[in-house]
Parts: sequence; structure tokens; C-alpha cells
Amino acid sequence: MRRLGFLIRKEFISFRRNKFLPRLIFVFPIVIMLIVPLVSNMEVRGVRVAVVDEDDSQMSHVIVSHIEACSSLSIVLMGQSYREALSSLEQGRVDVIVSLPPDMERLLMNGLLPKIRIDANSVNSTKSAIGTQYVVAAITSGIAEMGVIAMAADMARITSVRYFYNETLDYRHYMIPAFIIIIVLLVCCFIPALNLVSEKEKGTIEQINVTPVTRMEFTLSKLIPYWLIGIVVLTEAILTVGVVYGLWPTGSVGAIYLAAMLFAFAMSGFAIAVANISDTMQQCIFVLFFFIMLFMLMSGLLTPLSSMPQWAQWLTVMFPPRWFVQIMRAVYLRGTTIAELSSAYWALTALAMSFGVLAAVSYRKQS
Amino acid sequence: MVKDNVIEVCGLTKRFGAFTAVDGISFAVARGEIFGFLGANGAGKTTAMRMLCGLSYPTDGRGSVAGYDVMTQGEQIKRYIGYMSQRFSLYEELTVKENMELFGGIYGMRRSEIRHRTDELLQQIEFAAHAGERVGRLPLGWRQKLAFMVAMIHKPEIVFLDEPTGGVDPITRRQFWTLIRHAATAGTTIFVTTHYMDEAAFCDRVSIMVDGRIKALDTPASLMQQMQARNMNEVFVKLCR
Repeated sequence: MRRLGFLIRKEFISFRRNKFLPRLIFVFPIVIMLIVPLVSNMEVRGVRVAVVDEDDSQMSHVIVSHIEACSSLSIVLMGQSYREALSSLEQGRVDVIVSLPPDMERLLMNGLLPKIRIDANSVNSTKSAIGTQYVVAAITSGIAEMGVIAMAADMARITSVRYFYNETLDYRHYMIPAFIIIIVLLVCCFIPALNLVSEKEKGTIEQINVTPVTRMEFTLSKLIPYWLIGIVVLTEAILTVGVVYGLWPTGSVGAIYLAAMLFAFAMSGFAIAVANISDTMQQCIFVLFFFIMLFMLMSGLLTPLSSMPQWAQWLTVMFPPRWFVQIMRAVYLRGTTIAELSSAYWALTALAMSFGVLAAVSYRKQS
Repeated sequence: MVKDNVIEVCGLTKRFGAFTAVDGISFAVARGEIFGFLGANGAGKTTAMRMLCGLSYPTDGRGSVAGYDVMTQGEQIKRYIGYMSQRFSLYEELTVKENMELFGGIYGMRRSEIRHRTDELLQQIEFAAHAGERVGRLPLGWRQKLAFMVAMIHKPEIVFLDEPTGGVDPITRRQFWTLIRHAATAGTTIFVTTHYMDEAAFCDRVSIMVDGRIKALDTPASLMQQMQARNMNEVFVKLCR
């Protein structure tokens, strides 16, 4: 194990003398955390509405004013021709059409139910679903204001919603832990793997291979430094997020660091294994990229795990990010404790050990 | 003279698919000998050397280096050998001294021992003043001498040198061979490949490989006699033709 000390020392000297890496480690997490949370937003805004008001009554004017009042909706077309509205929708200038029928007010006053038609362009399904909901809500509140249907007024009064953990319904807060994970993932995968492959390309690994260094020692000398770098990157991201967006972890910082250490070890072990079987930089980058794509799309980072098919959910058990995502969101936003998440911590521990062993075993000193 | 062979090889073979790079070579190298391992480009010298160093598994045949089997005891062999690759393979971003320290440490030497040995080796190549320089900034000739010294840091029984003087100027080449002779006198066995036939004459014995096989093996003087050649260059050309 004394050898390990010499090898790790060499890794740190190389890292320090590298012109690019120390700057990358310092700047990359901060820049990403400054920009990405601001630009990635799933909130639906600026839904363009066409109103076909064939009724032209007091009631229809109230409904229109309620649509106008909704900050996410903007009326871009007012008219009486449905055909005109439809062609605008087909040309992509309008997202939702609201058609108020000719005798709407009269029917409502007499306790009858008119048919108010809503058409939506659903190429972007999220936008059309949420946009339609906003429109329905505006119509309901408009009718309720006129007090014509007791039910409608009651509906607005009897339901009340309270949002937990993310009171402002800020998508950003939900996504920030995910962005931190992506940064740690990228750093812990690419840097150690590319470092190892570059040793192959330069030929320095051959000089190591003719020495009595053990596979475990050499592998650990690649894992440990980048593991520490992963922790540095995490710290930078947490501080940036706290200072800039005021989002500090609700749960214990220790719980986050424990999970991050396991995660960083698992990911760099995985990356070293990929580097061991790659002969060139290109090969290594493409294989890593393939897996990173899977990790990003299948770990609940961007879309929920529960909406994936059952077989895919089973597959994700082997993905370290899946567990880290679960832990980070729970600890960051809800303040969940390690004990409550023990299964996720054990899964990460098992994966960290497995990938560590895989990294050592896939390293061949003799071919 | 008591026969004390540090390398013994019998029928050593390496195949890559249908291609046979090394085809059943057999020879022995005695302790303290300078053994020249000659051959044209692609004759299989590097492949053979890599098998002896425990970098590559033989497909067939037997061999022992420093008393250990090349097939099964590669890691044991590595404790007793030094190796200088054809490609320069020290860490360029590390200084001369840091490279020495790293490899000394890898071979399990103590810090004080490493320091002492580093001074000794750098004095030998008159390079002590440059101990703090980064290896990547050194000219080729210095790099090669340094790589040799790093391969010698743990006082190995055998040093494998793969074309150590390739691309090096004649003066540095002569200095290099002085270093080799010096190491051999101290008891280290030298196993060296080269393309320069004038260098072959400095070896105690040489083998000449052609297409994966050893075509000739003897002292330079008797090879010249057998082949009725005036110098090693002629011997080589006659054998390889």
C-alpha cells in the first residue's frame, strides 16, 4: 500500500500541472449552476389563444376578460369566424381556440348547458394539456363570476390546494438537485477515464505494467483523486445554488456528502472499467457517452421513473444515478434522513463496490 | 565457468490470429552478459521482449526470466527486471526527480534509498543539475539516457532495452553504450535490441531474428567469421536477404 501513496502523489502533481483540468474543475460547476437553472423551465407560458365569440354577450365578455387576466394566456385573435381561427391554428400562430356558441348566455341563464368548444394544437402535449386547463379554469371562473350556475361558483369555493416542499411550484427547485447530479456525473466519468486512456495513448501505462504494481493499487490511484475532485465539484455546486438561488439543502449536508461519495466512487469505477477496455480516446468517449445518455434519461433525472415500463424500471436498479437522484431530491427538498432512505444508500454502496471491483478486474497488465 | 542463466527460452511462440509474430525461438542469456537481440523491422523482436517482461502471454513454448516462468509468474519477474520501451514512456509532466521517486516507490524502495540512488544515477549521466526539470522539455538524447537510468533505479537483475538509441546522435549513442557497459560490469544482464550494426559489435553475443525465427546466435566475431563478412552489417544483410 506504500506504492499507492506514490501513485496518488503522481496523479495530483499531473493534475496540478495540467493547463486545462484545474480551471475546468473550478469554472464548469459554477457556470453550469448559474446558467442552466435559469434556462431550463417546464412551466407553460405564453399560450396563444384565439377566441371565436359568436355570442357577443355580457357573459362572453366576462369570460374573455378572465382569459386575458391569466398571465399564462394571451389572446392573439378575436373574431367571430371559426374558420379563420382554425387556419391560424394550422399555420401555427395559435395554440388554443375557444369557441363561445351564439346562444351561450341565454342557455346558461335558463339553467341549460351550452357547448363551449376548445381546440388545441397538441404537438407539444404538455403545453396543450396545461394550456387547455388554464382556459377551462378561466371560463369556469368567468361563469362563476356571473353567478349563473351555483355549482360553478361552489366548485371554485370548495376546492383548495396546498403545495408542500416546493410552495412556489418552482420547477427550478425540483431540477437543481438534478443538475448538481449531472455535473458530478460528468466530472467523475470523463476525467478519470480520459486520463487513463491518455496513459495508454502516450505509452506511460506500459512502463507501469512492467512493474510489480498490483491491479488494485493502480486502479485505486485513478479512483481516489477523482473521487476527491467529485466532492470538490459538489461543494462548489451546492454553494453556488445556495448563494444565487437561495436553495440550501433542507436535510443534512452529511447525508448528501455520504451519498455523493458513494455515487462518485461508483461512477468513476464504471468509467475506469470502460477506459480499460478502450484502446483509443474516441472509443472511450463514445462508449461513455452512450451510457451517460442512458443514465440521464433513465434515472428519473428528467422524467419520473414511475412512468417508465416495468422492465425499464428494473433495469435502472443497476444505474447509480437512479439512487443518487432519489436521495438528492428527498434530502435537498424534503429533508429526508439517511435512515429513511437506507435502501437507496445500500444500493449505492453495493454499486460502488461492484464497479470498483469491475474497474480493477478489467485492468490487464499482461495481454 | 559456472553456467548461470538468467533468461532461458525454449520454443517461445506468439501468434496473433493467423499471423505468427514469434515462431518457436530458443536461447539462453547468462548473468552479466550483454545480449544483442537483432532483426529487421517487424521481425518479432519487440513481441519476444514483451513476452519476457510479462507484458504479453506466450501462445506456446516455455521461458524463464530471473528464475520465474513467463507464462504464470509474470508479476514475480517484474520485481527483478527493468524495461525501457521503444516509445518514451516516462511521465512528461513530472520532473526528472519526480519520475525517479515514482518508480523507486513503485518498486517498494524507501525514500532515503530512492534519494541516494537518484543522486548516484544522475551523477553517472552528469545530469544532477537538471533534476528539477520537467521530462517533457528535455531533448531526445537526454530522455533516452534518463529512461535507462529510471529502468535501473531498483538495481534489477536484467534490463530490457528496446531500441534505446533510435534517433539519437552518434555522440550520445557512444555515451549510452558506455552506460550499458558500466551496468553490465556491475553485474546487470543487458538484453538490448538495435538497428545499428556497429552497436552489435559491442555485445557479448548477438542473435539475429528473421521473420519470427532466430537465424543466427553467436559472438559477433565468430558470426563474421562464419559468414565471411568484414563487419556485422554484412552479416546482417546476408542473413536477412
